[in-house]
Amino acid sequence: MSASTFGSGIRRREDPRLITGSASYTDDITLPGTLHAALLRSPYAHARINGIDTSQAAAAQGVVAVYTSADTEGEIAPSPCAWLLPDSGLTIADYHCVAKDTVRYVGDIVAVVVAETRHEAYDALDLIEVDYEPLDAVVEPKKAAADGAPQLHGEIAGNQAFHWTVTGGGDIDEAFSEADVVVKETIIQQRLIPNAMEPRATLASYTAATGELTVWNTTQNPHILRFLSSLVIGVPEDRLRVIAPEVGGGFGSKIAAYPADFITMFCSKKLGAPVKWVESRSENYQATTHGRDHVQEIELAATADGKIKGLRATVWAGMGAYLSTAAPGIPTILHGLMLSGVYDIPAIHEDVYGLYTNTTPVEAYRGAGRPEATFMVERLVDLLAAKLGLDPAEVRRRNFIPKFDNGHDVVTGLTYDSGNYDGALSKLLAESDYQQLRAEQAEARKSGRYIGLGLSTYVEICGLGPSQVAGAIGFQGGLWESAIVRFHPSGKVHVMIGASPHGQGEETTFAQIIAGELGVSPDDVKVIHGDTDNTPMGWGTYGSRTTAVGGAALALAARKIRDKAKVIAAHLLEAAVEDMDYDDGKFFVKGSPDSSKTIQDIALMANVAWNMPEGVEAGLEATTFYDPPNFVFPYGAHLAVVEVDAESGNVELKRYVAVDDCGPQINPVIVEGQVHGGIVQGIGQALWEEGVYDDDGQLLTGTMLDYALPRADRLPDIEVHSTVTPSPHHPLGVKGIGEAGTIASTAAVYNAVIDALAPLGVEAVNMPLTPERVWRSIQAAQGRN
Amino acid sequence: MFAPQFDYYRASSVAEAAALLEQHPDSKVLAGGHSLIPVLKLRLAAPSALIDIGRIDGIRGISEEAGRIVIGALTTHAEIAASATLQSGATALSEAAGMIGDPAVRNRGTIGGNVAHADPASDLPAVLRCLGAEFSIAGSSGTRTVDAADFFEGLMTTAVEEHEILTAISLPSGSSGQGSAYAKFSHPASRYAVIGAAASVTVADGVCSAASVALGGLVPAPVRAAAVEDALAGKALSAGAIADAARCVGDSLDDDEVLGDVYASAEYRSAVAHVWVGRALTAAAARCG
Ligand SMILES: Cc1cc2nc3c(=O)[nH]c(=O)nc-3n(C[C@H](O)[C@H](O)[C@H](O)COP(=O)(O)OP(=O)(O)OC[C@H]3O[C@@H](n4cnc5c(N)ncnc54)[C@H](O)[C@@H]3O)c2cc1C
Repeated sequence: MSASTFGSGIRRREDPRLITGSASYTDDITLPGTLHAALLRSPYAHARINGIDTSQAAAAQGVVAVYTSADTEGEIAPSPCAWLLPDSGLTIADYHCVAKDTVRYVGDIVAVVVAETRHEAYDALDLIEVDYEPLDAVVEPKKAAADGAPQLHGEIAGNQAFHWTVTGGGDIDEAFSEADVVVKETIIQQRLIPNAMEPRATLASYTAATGELTVWNTTQNPHILRFLSSLVIGVPEDRLRVIAPEVGGGFGSKIAAYPADFITMFCSKKLGAPVKWVESRSENYQATTHGRDHVQEIELAATADGKIKGLRATVWAGMGAYLSTAAPGIPTILHGLMLSGVYDIPAIHEDVYGLYTNTTPVEAYRGAGRPEATFMVERLVDLLAAKLGLDPAEVRRRNFIPKFDNGHDVVTGLTYDSGNYDGALSKLLAESDYQQLRAEQAEARKSGRYIGLGLSTYVEICGLGPSQVAGAIGFQGGLWESAIVRFHPSGKVHVMIGASPHGQGEETTFAQIIAGELGVSPDDVKVIHGDTDNTPMGWGTYGSRTTAVGGAALALAARKIRDKAKVIAAHLLEAAVEDMDYDDGKFFVKGSPDSSKTIQDIALMANVAWNMPEGVEAGLEATTFYDPPNFVFPYGAHLAVVEVDAESGNVELKRYVAVDDCGPQINPVIVEGQVHGGIVQGIGQALWEEGVYDDDGQLLTGTMLDYALPRADRLPDIEVHSTVTPSPHHPLGVKGIGEAGTIASTAAVYNAVIDALAPLGVEAVNMPLTPERVWRSIQAAQGRN
Repeated sequence: MFAPQFDYYRASSVAEAAALLEQHPDSKVLAGGHSLIPVLKLRLAAPSALIDIGRIDGIRGISEEAGRIVIGALTTHAEIAASATLQSGATALSEAAGMIGDPAVRNRGTIGGNVAHADPASDLPAVLRCLGAEFSIAGSSGTRTVDAADFFEGLMTTAVEEHEILTAISLPSGSSGQGSAYAKFSHPASRYAVIGAAASVTVADGVCSAASVALGGLVPAPVRAAAVEDALAGKALSAGAIADAARCVGDSLDDDEVLGDVYASAEYRSAVAHVWVGRALTAAAARCG
């Protein structure tokens, strides 16, 4: 037990309650007298509202109230954008929680009905009459930038939310003019729609007598939601309590504070009763934030022997109709700064145009900006290999940043912490028997079978991040984390954290950190999170930061406890503190391990405080606020093997091998689970998923019958391997692993399909790689169409 | 979302169900609910009442009578997939039923509901058309029988009239030298058929003596591919002969009728339909015992 449990694959303690149905989600919580809200959402992507008649709905059975913007004006502030990207000409259009006179996407909220039951609230929605005057819509980001495009926000010219650039290293134009070879491509990073198992929900309960508002919400970051809600709803932060109960997945879609949340709070405040709103799956598709949506024009300059000289790109990023909470930072800071990837690239330049379109607002979605960056770089490297007739593995090797263990600067301004990119690739090639696969591929081609191998070597930025950097990049919050470790008299431990895990397994891994640091059994540690009234301030769970930042806070709090316990132990053993030793939960005088005090002995003494050293406070508890000195940079190398049926265009994923390096693994089984899930989400983008709007802005993939999520029976067993390179600046050496798989896998699968199709002359296919798209590309390459 | 309000009646016999349907204008039969309930939840229909036939005895199960296999309308997809009688006598049907949706859908959804709903993307209509099924339909004035060519009238329309109930479907028992199969290009999200091809072939003296091929998924109602059938007549079922015949499938598809959607266009479906026809024929030929 104890110290040895750090690093062991113990079972997730979260799972028994999750798989037996005894966990309690927001919708499971009902207070006496709870009323139910339903939202009327715009069926038009762009329309003027000439009038709303709510009289019939207000008179319907069970209906308590119907509100429109006339009621919420001045009571609910616009939904805030909290990432104020500097030096980008950022223009933030007002995001009215209830649309005022214009709706700008299918799903924009027009009215809310509050009724005694959920059914009555939904039935009454049908009775509201809205006089819409439809306007022209624009849904694609590059089209939104064009002259003559329909304009979303009168005051904002050209639909442009921002224009951000990153320039680093040598002269980019020179790199291209002097290059031996240049490769180019246009990539569409299609819009993706997150589908957490639990849809979004809010329960708000306002007590007029105390002025207190308690909110249960499906959030990834309750402390941020409390902060923003106090600004939007006008309930002071000290009277506002936000609770994230069990949250059934988020993937970034539960970072934002949403209009629907604020409206539910408003209704409760107005009516003095608890009000619950639960999203339907259709609403989830329409109105919960989407991800990706880039048009990317990219090019790479290189020498004849395959050394990269420069990378240049222009990106049009669709932001949706309004800017969601963290949206501006995703296609910029989390994207453009990653363009060096695992390579030594002497000159980089990127322009990113953020554009308003008549679509659902876009936000972070697992990987958030980094999959889009990795894809660009990994495509270009493969194009270079093809152009030079080199193996893709070889071109990567010629450009890798050499092994480093304490800092490496890339021209985009980041300092990577540690990495051995060639090490990861070498392990991947050995584990997958790459040479043998190439031989099999050549053999298969002779008999008209199209097998393809795709590599993706990635590095990502996570563990967001130093707060000073947050300030410099316009993030309207800090990015530190906190932890309280509290020993009870019996030696049992409570850990309170400000981050808010929602499926990742930190209740288990954080107990393992305490076990490793203090020698208690993980079973004796309870991890408490998600309630702003009983956890310390923290900035939340996203950007693979909970372990990378919160885990560091926890380790340091545990070490403070160990220091204090040592002082008490020395006192009890009548020895000098300098003479004390510690091993696996026991304190003893150096050389005399037989006569020791356990951490539990100390916890009891500290709590009863009968015999404490002079000047030492009672209690065994510590709090840490940890602001990391840098980000962490996990990395890895992935390989996908596919076979394409040229007759139908169908792609079969035959094998997937991953090598990831997230530093020391607290729990390898949980790491493997994160890697599996992440990879599958990235494969989803490559092969199946696409949020499609027609030209009028109607969402054509708004149900699970149309939007293709990955299914187990279309996936091979995923082969997971790892290397271990500690982060030099993290107290435990650990890096994040929540997003790594997604960041790597889209490019690996895409590269594999293009590799398979090479003999047929196909060079590019838009994602997702549906059978029809692949078939059409073959027809076109063969001159048949 | 939530279904609009409706009244609910549970019938204990076919006669009672027929009477309830007549008493309640705008009412609908409820079987497994796996097509009807989604329609209600999306508020695409608002029937005044649902007449639940799910517990009526005597219209569930699989039996053999006078050279035909009779399948009660309430028989579930899972029961059809697991039936030894169908596996040997109508392989394409049990195979197709086993490919429907997921286990929950197969355990609740019924063959009667599937064909009465007549979704063009359903699997079973093409198979039943291929195998020459007959449909027994009961109303207050008695029972009539309709064959597959007349049963499927078009997009989501069948020969079942407003106050009628489909009670059973019968098929000829398989004969010696005959084999059948179903090949499906399933939609990655819904699992419904983008293209479904059902084939039945009989081999006598080493050559094809009878062939029936039907397509679903890409057409409003299942169609027989006569051109493919004709191309096979009298041929040994070699890989080459099958591929050549399958390529004739376009002659049986009316370009104006072929369906397309955001996932797969009509043009693409027409162009690749032969792949699934070929697969179904290959599997069917291998089963000719
Ligand atoms: C997630 C999902 C995936 C699916 N995937 C597939 C698939 O891959 N392939 C496929 O073929 N199908 C698929 N289906 C549809 C499924 O097969 C349905 O079960 C079937 O279409 C309807 O059968 P039911 O018994 O549930 O009918 P219900 O939903 O109860 O009824 C459907 C319609 O038929 C009428 N009806 C039902 N029984 C009778 C009767 N005896 N007489 C007259 N009218 C009747 C009803 O009034 C209603 O209009 C899927 C469904 C779901 C929910």
